[in-house]
Amino acid sequence: MIIVENLNKKFGELEVLRDISETIYNGEKIVIIGPSGSGKSTFLRCLNLLETPTSGTITIDSVDITDPKTDINKVRSQMGMVFQNFNLFPHLTVLQNITLAPIQLKLMNESEARDKARYLLERVGLMDKIDEYPGRLSGGQKQRIAIARALAMSPKTMLFDEPTSSLDPEMIGEVLEVMLELASDGMTMVIVTHEMGFARKISNRILFMDEGMIVEQGSPDQLFDNPQKERTRAFLSKVLTR
Amino acid sequence: MNMIIALSFSTLKENFYNDFIVDNRWKWLVDGLGVTLKVTLMASFLGIIIGLLVALVKVSQFHGRKIPVLSQIADAYVLVIRGTPAVVQLLIIYYVIFASVAIDKVLVAALAFGLNSGAYVAEIFRAGIQSVDRGQMEAGRSLGLSYGLTMRKIILPQAVKNTLPALFNELITLLKETAVAGYIAVADLTRAGDLIRARTFDPLLPLLAVALIYLVIVLLLTRLMNLLERRLARSDHR
Ligand SMILES: Nc1ncnc2c1ncn2[C@@H]1O[C@H](COP(=O)(O)OP(=O)(O)O)[C@@H](O)[C@H]1O
Ligand SMILES: [Mg+2]
Repeated sequence: MIIVENLNKKFGELEVLRDISETIYNGEKIVIIGPSGSGKSTFLRCLNLLETPTSGTITIDSVDITDPKTDINKVRSQMGMVFQNFNLFPHLTVLQNITLAPIQLKLMNESEARDKARYLLERVGLMDKIDEYPGRLSGGQKQRIAIARALAMSPKTMLFDEPTSSLDPEMIGEVLEVMLELASDGMTMVIVTHEMGFARKISNRILFMDEGMIVEQGSPDQLFDNPQKERTRAFLSKVLTR
Repeated sequence: MNMIIALSFSTLKENFYNDFIVDNRWKWLVDGLGVTLKVTLMASFLGIIIGLLVALVKVSQFHGRKIPVLSQIADAYVLVIRGTPAVVQLLIIYYVIFASVAIDKVLVAALAFGLNSGAYVAEIFRAGIQSVDRGQMEAGRSLGLSYGLTMRKIILPQAVKNTLPALFNELITLLKETAVAGYIAVADLTRAGDLIRARTFDPLLPLLAVALIYLVIVLLLTRLMNLLERRLARSDHR
């Protein structure tokens, strides 16, 4: 369970997150939507401290991760993150990309890590790319490898920041499919996406963010079919007619 | 006219004999070259180690992980080295710092040029590290790898590859820079040529020979670098 209390984030004078309080329960699939610049990425990145909150607390399974004494590397190792630009390691093969962290952090020995990588590659349908370098993969393949790399750490939560936004349209489906499968396995997921159909399908709760605040939230049906706030309606009318 | 050419040709022949054959003076050049290469190699080794350490300190500063005293030392070091001539640094190290110590001058020169090169290598490494996409650091950290581990396993391997050509250029610069080692009476290649000149009173041939030897080595190094660059391009997996 992730409890966010009074989270604020400023970049200099710019207030990017304003007093956000939110609880994410185990097994939830949360989708965050909202206009560009509304603070979605920053919120996600605060959850694994890629950004340091200006104030407020984030408690994960009763550990306050904003406490300087917390071992942040351990927190992060239990929280996978998938980026818009994949961020695969170009100098390592697919196998090495997946096994690097588990081996370096001594969670597995080499052969265990290799077995796990094989299992994960099978799951994302890319077993045949095991010895390729990322540069030789398509965008969709890269993102599926990035998901496998994050899963190799057996995280309790997965964060996705616009995982399909830099993909060609024909490759979006294969990535969303992997995510849907992950969701059906019970993974806790927090997803920033502009794929509204997918959001409706995968999530149990949608957060609409604007200007650094969670303006409105609810089940997909509530939020998409019966939005309460004017700002939500304005945003949805723009993205849904597209 | 013919006479003059014939005459100067025979002087040239005589000078060549005096410059290189008498007393086996060609061996001075060979020994000098050995010293030059030794100083260059030791200095470049030292320079790479210093440069890497300084770059890591500077980059961690850039990543918002300021290491108080070390950062200031690194900044001051680069400022002083890049702001003063290498010869002056060499003279200070020899006549001031090692004034009362009996130490091999070749080692002093290697130390001085290594310290000098380190500042330039640091800038090369720093630029190389910062040229790696910042998403790489984030990806490493998001997996739970520490800053240092991410640096070692993810950032540096990519950065070093990006910087190899610049490092090679620095090596070539360093080789030529060591020509001032004679200021502290190190018998390097340049000094050897100059000693022959002083002995035979013929400046032309000894100094020409010295220049030629530097040129050949630089050409060889350049060849090597081009080869290396082609190899690297082929192993580029992008
Ligand atoms: N590292 C940063 N430094 C300064 N401003 C930033 C930084 N990261 C994000 N911002 C700003 O914060 C605001 C929110 O950004 P972001 O969280 O990326 O929004 P979103 O993901 O919703 O598009 C934007 O105005 C953006 O320019
Ligand atoms: Mg974003």
